[in-house]
Amino acid sequence: MSDTRRLSGAGTRPWLGIHRALVCAAVLATPLAGPLTACTEGRPTVRVGSKSFTESYILGEIVADVIERAGEARVERRLGLGGTGITYRAVASGDIDLYPEYTGTLSQAILEDPAATTVEDIRRGLHGTGLTIGDSLGFNNTYALAVRREMSERLGLRALSDLERHPELEAAFSSGFTDREDGWPGLKRHYGLELAGVRVMEHALTYEALAAGEVDVIDIYSTDGKLERLDLAILEDDRRFFPDYQAVLLVREDFIERFPRTWRALEDELEGQIDEERMSRLNALADLDGEGFPQIVAEFFGREETGVRGQSRILADVLHLTGDHLYLVFLSLGVATLVGVPLGIVAARHKELGQVELAAVGVLQTIPSLALLCFMIPLFGIGKLPALVALSLYALLPIVRNTYTGLISIDRQLLEIAGVLGLSRGQRLARIEMPLASVHILSGIKTSAIWTVGTATLAAFIGGGGYGDLIVRGLALDDNTLILAGAVPAALMALVFHGLFELLDRWLIPRGLRKTLSENV
Amino acid sequence: MIRLENVTKAFDDTVAIDDVSTVFEGGRTHVLLGSSGCGKSTLLRLILGLIAADDGVVRIDGQVMEPPTRRALLEKMGYVVQEGGLFPHLTAYGNVSLAAESRAWSEERIRARVDELSALVGFDDDILRLVPTELSGGQRQRVSLMRSLMLDPPILLLDEPLGSLDPLVRADLQLQLRDIFSPLGKTVVLVTHDIREAAIFGHTITLMTEGRIVQRGSFADLSTKPASPFVIAFLNAQRPTEDMRGLV
Repeated sequence: MSDTRRLSGAGTRPWLGIHRALVCAAVLATPLAGPLTACTEGRPTVRVGSKSFTESYILGEIVADVIERAGEARVERRLGLGGTGITYRAVASGDIDLYPEYTGTLSQAILEDPAATTVEDIRRGLHGTGLTIGDSLGFNNTYALAVRREMSERLGLRALSDLERHPELEAAFSSGFTDREDGWPGLKRHYGLELAGVRVMEHALTYEALAAGEVDVIDIYSTDGKLERLDLAILEDDRRFFPDYQAVLLVREDFIERFPRTWRALEDELEGQIDEERMSRLNALADLDGEGFPQIVAEFFGREETGVRGQSRILADVLHLTGDHLYLVFLSLGVATLVGVPLGIVAARHKELGQVELAAVGVLQTIPSLALLCFMIPLFGIGKLPALVALSLYALLPIVRNTYTGLISIDRQLLEIAGVLGLSRGQRLARIEMPLASVHILSGIKTSAIWTVGTATLAAFIGGGGYGDLIVRGLALDDNTLILAGAVPAALMALVFHGLFELLDRWLIPRGLRKTLSENV
Repeated sequence: MIRLENVTKAFDDTVAIDDVSTVFEGGRTHVLLGSSGCGKSTLLRLILGLIAADDGVVRIDGQVMEPPTRRALLEKMGYVVQEGGLFPHLTAYGNVSLAAESRAWSEERIRARVDELSALVGFDDDILRLVPTELSGGQRQRVSLMRSLMLDPPILLLDEPLGSLDPLVRADLQLQLRDIFSPLGKTVVLVTHDIREAAIFGHTITLMTEGRIVQRGSFADLSTKPASPFVIAFLNAQRPTEDMRGLV
């Protein structure tokens, strides 16, 4: 009987391959789902958020430091979230407890009441939302437009109203500034301005563009660290357009109730304590001197930084984020496989439904990945869950499409013979069709895997973690080392995945099909 | 016994089978002979129920071949195609045993039956461990034959089974297959365009052209009493000419 096993083991059940693949996917998906719901035991946790630009990071770290020292709660940092839309939803839904915000942003983008300019007005506006703000931290980080000093002198550009005479200039604005009523659209109307071109760019990159002469005007913040070092001229807001952007803490009222001592500490240590100059210097330490946040925070509080510094800290981050990243990739890939393969089978079985399905999955793919991530926030909040859902949706297309292609490209005669041999539909699928399509299906999963490794770097924008954390931080700080510390491991991981799938191919693809492949090459 | 009654089948505007009625008696080997496109393969596919007739009926042992009866009727039929039609992802053993496995035969029973069939075609275990791409053309056809005989069906349908083999292997296998078939007592319908093959296998030869049967009889009948000038032309076309003999 051992002879039979030997014979059948090798050849008669290679369809096990696909079952193996599905089992792999399921196994990957299950235990990893645990950590999503864990992390709620022990000391109460305060989640501190921030947006993804230097100043917000620094304030977030400073806030976290104060809370940690107050000793009432453990701090979880959810720093570097994509933007106001994301941070506001996060604090409103309770995904984070507080984050640094600006009065101008609150009145314009959140309350949508431009008349609410003072801290009191805004507190009143927030009444009933479960949110409130503290007093100003002491500085006004307002928008301003800047040009190169050389150009300012050559063209006689001193104030915003001078721009009227130079419609030939080109601008690069950060995305928030381009869209907001208190940004470019309002400014344009208020001063009656026209510019030859307005490009939307990541804020940290606009300086490079300006310095390189690719654009002439950029939006800046009045506390930008680069102001003191780069030779820029700020255009005076001579017709008083930009509202106040006092830095404040936007906080959940239940946080103040639960941790009164912590809140008092924040008020005492931060409110009115940071002026423009001080903030600008802190920003410069990060943006220009490449100091890490722990050092900057230590410097702010006038103590010696004792923790790990520089390179070793980045290394620790990379190791920790590798786990994060793998978790995102494996789980979303597992889900996409478990959902995508059956969808591909359905598409191959039902011609019309199949076309609708493939079109729908294709449309999903046309949604920019960052936008897809943001769409998930109202449904799933911030953090890993929305990132996983978005990444799973994103990984679907290659898997569905390749399963479909693999199945419909099977030689019809073989299917007829399977019918003549009396195989039922289920047997035909499991023993003939899936194994014959396995080459296609696996290559679809491989494409998705490599793709997901890349896309998962965007998860950081909605607090999903992963290598993107370093990239987002690096972009905010204009720190190439940090960007590379995120991008290079991501690229390496993609390579490793490629290699792993080559090995997986050998294990999962039936021997007879591998032969065919190598002969065709 | 296979009976066709006024069977007609058209693809788009082309009539592939034109009002054909005939009987393939049980226990004998019938050759469907004709040039490509004459409808002989279509006839085989109609018998298998792979396509449905536009008109007329196909009966297997008196039962009409139609969707509700097809599964049961297929139990009675084995099918071999040109180049074998083996599943490339399965070993020879896997191909042969598939039908029995799908019917949940025990491993012992499958093994015993495969051993019988291996003996019939002269294979050893080593060959059965190979995948189709590792087999020669002749071996593939023998595996395909084993697969079609696995459930011991009374009817065997072969569509140009030796069509893709080179002449020497082909001639060798023709004789071997005849010796394999004769003691089995199956109803065999073999489609070919090769007259020599027809002469070797056929108890009866059915010559077709343009979707119709031109003549039916033994090889001797066809060559001595041709029913039409087409029969003479067809038989002559594949005979070496006097001139060629001179060249050899």
